[in-house]
Amino acid sequence: MAKPKFAVYWAGSCGGCEIAFLDIREKILDFDKAVDLIFCPCIMDTKYKDVEAMSDGEIDVCLFNGVIRNEENLHIAQLLRKKSKVLVAYGSCATEGCIPGLANLTNREEILKYVYEESPSVNNPKKVIPKPKTKVKAGDLTIPAMFEYVRTLEQVVDVDYKMPGCPPVAEQIWTVIEAVLSGKLPEKGSVVGVNPKTVCDECPRTKDEKRVKKFVRPHMVDPADIDPEKCLLEQGIICNGPATLAGCGALCPQVNLGCRGCYGPAEGIQDMGGKLAGGIASIIDSDDPEEIEKIVNQIVDPVGTFYRFNLPSSLLGRKV
Amino acid sequence: MKTVTIDPITRLEGHGKIEIFLDDAGNVADAYLQVPELRGFEKFCQGRPVEEMPRITSRICGVCPEAHLMASAKACDAVYHMDIPRTAKLLRELLYVIFYVTDHTTHFYALAGPDFVVGPDAPKAQRNILGVIHKVGVEIGGKVIRMRGICHELIKKIGGKTVHPVGALPGGMSKGMDKELQKEVLEAGKDAIEFGKFTIQLFNDIVLKNKEYVDLILSDTFTHNTYNMGLVDENNHVNFYDGNIRVVGPDGKEFVKFKPAGYLEHIEEHIEPWSYLKFPFLKKIGWKGFIDGPDSGVYKATPLSRLNVSDGMATPLANEEYDRMYETLGGKPVQQTLATHWARIIEILYAAERWVELASDPEITGPDYRAVPTETPDEGVGVVEAPRGTLYHHYKTDENGIIKEANLIVGTTNNNAPINMSVKKAAQELIKNGKVSDGLLNMVEMAFRAYDPCLGCATHTLPGQMPLIIKIYTNKHELMEEFRRD
Repeated sequence: MAKPKFAVYWAGSCGGCEIAFLDIREKILDFDKAVDLIFCPCIMDTKYKDVEAMSDGEIDVCLFNGVIRNEENLHIAQLLRKKSKVLVAYGSCATEGCIPGLANLTNREEILKYVYEESPSVNNPKKVIPKPKTKVKAGDLTIPAMFEYVRTLEQVVDVDYKMPGCPPVAEQIWTVIEAVLSGKLPEKGSVVGVNPKTVCDECPRTKDEKRVKKFVRPHMVDPADIDPEKCLLEQGIICNGPATLAGCGALCPQVNLGCRGCYGPAEGIQDMGGKLAGGIASIIDSDDPEEIEKIVNQIVDPVGTFYRFNLPSSLLGRKV
Repeated sequence: MKTVTIDPITRLEGHGKIEIFLDDAGNVADAYLQVPELRGFEKFCQGRPVEEMPRITSRICGVCPEAHLMASAKACDAVYHMDIPRTAKLLRELLYVIFYVTDHTTHFYALAGPDFVVGPDAPKAQRNILGVIHKVGVEIGGKVIRMRGICHELIKKIGGKTVHPVGALPGGMSKGMDKELQKEVLEAGKDAIEFGKFTIQLFNDIVLKNKEYVDLILSDTFTHNTYNMGLVDENNHVNFYDGNIRVVGPDGKEFVKFKPAGYLEHIEEHIEPWSYLKFPFLKKIGWKGFIDGPDSGVYKATPLSRLNVSDGMATPLANEEYDRMYETLGGKPVQQTLATHWARIIEILYAAERWVELASDPEITGPDYRAVPTETPDEGVGVVEAPRGTLYHHYKTDENGIIKEANLIVGTTNNNAPINMSVKKAAQELIKNGKVSDGLLNMVEMAFRAYDPCLGCATHTLPGQMPLIIKIYTNKHELMEEFRRD
């Protein structure tokens, strides 16, 4: 039987999803034996033209990571969709928008203006801003145009599966690859490489009744005052665990830091930020509206915290 | 006029492209390295709480998130005017040197390895990590995989995660270290020193004993007489985590030494409309274009630069190697970019020795792994040496610690102008009178690899080969010739 043809591609991303892939370590050799990697700019010659020349559906499985930030990202996403039987949004950027998606709290013009004109180290008296086409003495130079906002893969093409995580942990990556190789893929549209329920279910911290009198910022609490065994949220430290899909093994709470939701919204949650805001407000231990307001105001940057990894895919989507 | 396009050279933060323009005589008129992507962290960090910055900015790069985590945490300390507890510093630096061992190791074995160990002229099918293993024995491949695995496991134990560790906050680390983990880290550190020694020996046997390779290192193609920049400790020794920034001139003499907080007096960034990546330069000298020499503000910030600006290494074995390198290559500064590979493995040995020093310190298991800020936050700069160059994080906050402004100058950005210059110089040597030598792909590739541009992961993956295509078009945009490395 012919080996399945694989493609791994990055759009607007940091490279962490590829490093996570390498973290499957010696299993990478098993992967290499089991599949035919035909397109992967990370480890082999990248030829867009060769992908263009492929027949539709020639790639059996494509793992696509990164956000859609510019024209080139979009073009390749559309191309790979056409050429792939199964397209997987791989990693938080492709599935929810991740940290680069926080750019949707601002827009392209504001980004370009700050980076190239206002930033304190630039020397730019002529207000030069990078642009898609530049005439230089010898000819024309082109770079892709940035889009106004960040989009997820699903927002530009049809996606078969989503594998969240910033980055997905190696054990989960391997689980998904094994499922692909054994032909045991779940129903189209499924979220893969995750565990049931939420980060709280994987978190070793003990949970009791959540009644909170105040919220504290993690660096303003003396480390000696943090109970290493007890739920962080119950100690007033904001944690997105209750609304976040399980799969990472609750890594951040184990080093005394609240979850920020990189595995995306738990099943049934449509808008993670809204859900978290409502849920966290409901644990405030007070009936006095004035006191409640005071306590809520102790949460700094609720939008940037509750939508940390999922702004573009949320109902909010972007700043209006 | 002909255009030579190399697209994509590899993944930058996005995808890089080199354009080479030939004049009517068929010689190189100009060459450009373009970075086609911008994500805009500096803008969208505005409004975020300062304590979240280490966890947010580490997502700039999945290859060197530890560098951003540390620079950011130090900027946070500075924002709160804190001198953090000694235990906190020990833990941060420990995590950081462990990261250096794995990062430099990956680069040397997977990338530089194929160029030198297998040989620059070897058939392309052998010029990858598997070729390296074939040549030097399979047990070495095992050693490399094992060393990387150990480092990543320890980074997870100290920083919470393998990729994008999180455990740094203003004032220190989010979790302390117990004695059991200390013992494990210390034992692993001893292995790392042996691994560093072994790597140096391998470099000696395969590269330095081969005159052809030494000549290649010393060749003029990748030599740029620029300023060099790097972080040094109070003895002017290389330090990755802390110190002052020292800049030496093309003559090897100190040009300036400054504290991180004063970086704006010394560095500015130039902008070209054809690339999203800015071009830093020395402010007091000024931007004079893509040229080297004492009158041009262009500088390099690489492993070799760090050695060039220092008076030695702070650990004994690495310092021996430091002396030997400068004796072999004819004194300081060494401006041949390919010698960066040698500098990098000396740094592996230093990082490993420093790892053991830090892990042996009884205070590393102390309870003061984090202090709580007491002063009103306002503004601060944090600087570390990222593997690929000096990394600056500069934040301004309101009195509640919410970011008003964030400015970042990242490792590879420092080298944007020198990389452009190396590409042009390699092109000029290999394209003459309309004839493109077959060696062009290889030389452009080597120019890149020496800088290890964290322009992406292609520089950090198994086969040490950059995908390259060079296309030559006529002035009517018809494809005339195509060279490719498959």
